[in-house]
Amino acid sequence: MQQFIYFFQKFKYFLFFLLLQFIALTITFNNLNFHKNKFVNSANTLTGSLYSRAANITEYWNLKSKNKLLAEENTRLKNLLQKNITPHLSKDSTVIDSTKYHQKFTFSTAKIINNNYTNKFNFLTINKGTNSGIKKEMAVINSRGIIGITDNSSKSYARVQSILNRNSKINARLKNSNYFGTLGWDGKAYNTVQLSDLPRQAPFKIGDTIETGGKSTIFPEGIFIGTISKINKGNSADNKVDVALFNDMSNLGFIYVIKNYHKEEIKSIESQNE
Amino acid sequence: MNKPFNMATLFIMLLVLQVFVLNNILFLDSINPYLYIVFVFLYPLKTNRVPFLFYSFLLGISVDFFSDSGGIHAFSILSIAYIRLFFVKIYFRKIEADFSFFKLKSESFGKVFNYTVTLTVIHHLILFSFANFSFQNLSNVLLNTLFSSFFTLTLYFLGTYIFTKSE
Repeated sequence: MQQFIYFFQKFKYFLFFLLLQFIALTITFNNLNFHKNKFVNSANTLTGSLYSRAANITEYWNLKSKNKLLAEENTRLKNLLQKNITPHLSKDSTVIDSTKYHQKFTFSTAKIINNNYTNKFNFLTINKGTNSGIKKEMAVINSRGIIGITDNSSKSYARVQSILNRNSKINARLKNSNYFGTLGWDGKAYNTVQLSDLPRQAPFKIGDTIETGGKSTIFPEGIFIGTISKINKGNSADNKVDVALFNDMSNLGFIYVIKNYHKEEIKSIESQNE
Repeated sequence: MNKPFNMATLFIMLLVLQVFVLNNILFLDSINPYLYIVFVFLYPLKTNRVPFLFYSFLLGISVDFFSDSGGIHAFSILSIAYIRLFFVKIYFRKIEADFSFFKLKSESFGKVFNYTVTLTVIHHLILFSFANFSFQNLSNVLLNTLFSSFFTLTLYFLGTYIFTKSE
């Protein structure tokens, strides 16, 4: 026993050091794992409120570009509206299909108060949390395309795993065809992501648009991602292409969080197959 | 004695400076100074090292809270906090009796330079290796370490030059 105490006396600094290092390592490994419960993140009350104060000041610096984005989005939506209205006018009567009104997704708006894009595992913080119904695994987009998936939320803040995160995996497809692949990031440039596992027979060329595939419970289908910027020649097994993002990930402001009402239903039916 | 008060002020100042100013510099898209490790340089030497290790850990984890990086800042600052004594003994040739009189200001510039450069490079190397978290892009880790260390040290020496009173 005396030896034991002597041992502790002699190595107490080293043991204390090891204990703290072990805590730091545990937090680091938990942070890399998407499904683990995390407590060290910027979505808590203190860091969240400090970040939202800082964001309140800095948002004035890019009001102009934000306005431009809004105008662009309005133009796009108005064009879409025109496409839908025209054929109906020529009809005498319209049939209302009540199943169409069964809403699947809701959008709610929030603001990014902290943005990272230079690390290998990037996260964003937004100013809405469980009080506004934002939970884990909801899609985050803006008018130009996808941004990420929420992974942790406190009462009034939530953390978003950016698509610029090496753990990020999102179902994506070629626009106007149903060939799909997995969208990931190799950690190099913040405006380029990688689409892998496209089928070999899928026809694609540089400049083709990539959008979300709708084969997950998180993202609705048809949300823009980017255009193919580089096709890797050769016989690599994963058939990887580079995708240039529409979004400028270094300059983000207001975003939409998408909630899927059918998520539980889809999940439960998928788990029956296993 | 207002020494503990000084250290607490330094702690908060460094945290706020790091999180709200220095983390947003992103020179050439990726190079940031990590000036919060100055806490390790300036904390007074004491025989009981438990509070020092704990405060360093706390500073690291606070930076982690803000930058969503898991525990990598805590890990790397704690590493240099633990090995600090070793380098103090090597570069300044101090024994335990000298600890309470030790001041970085009164040492010669060459020794201080060696001491800070060593600790900064070790800290940045551990930090970027963990941030990278794979064996790919090793050249990237080394370049980042080099440039960020240079940036951090420049800021540190400029800061000490400005804030020390001339006697």
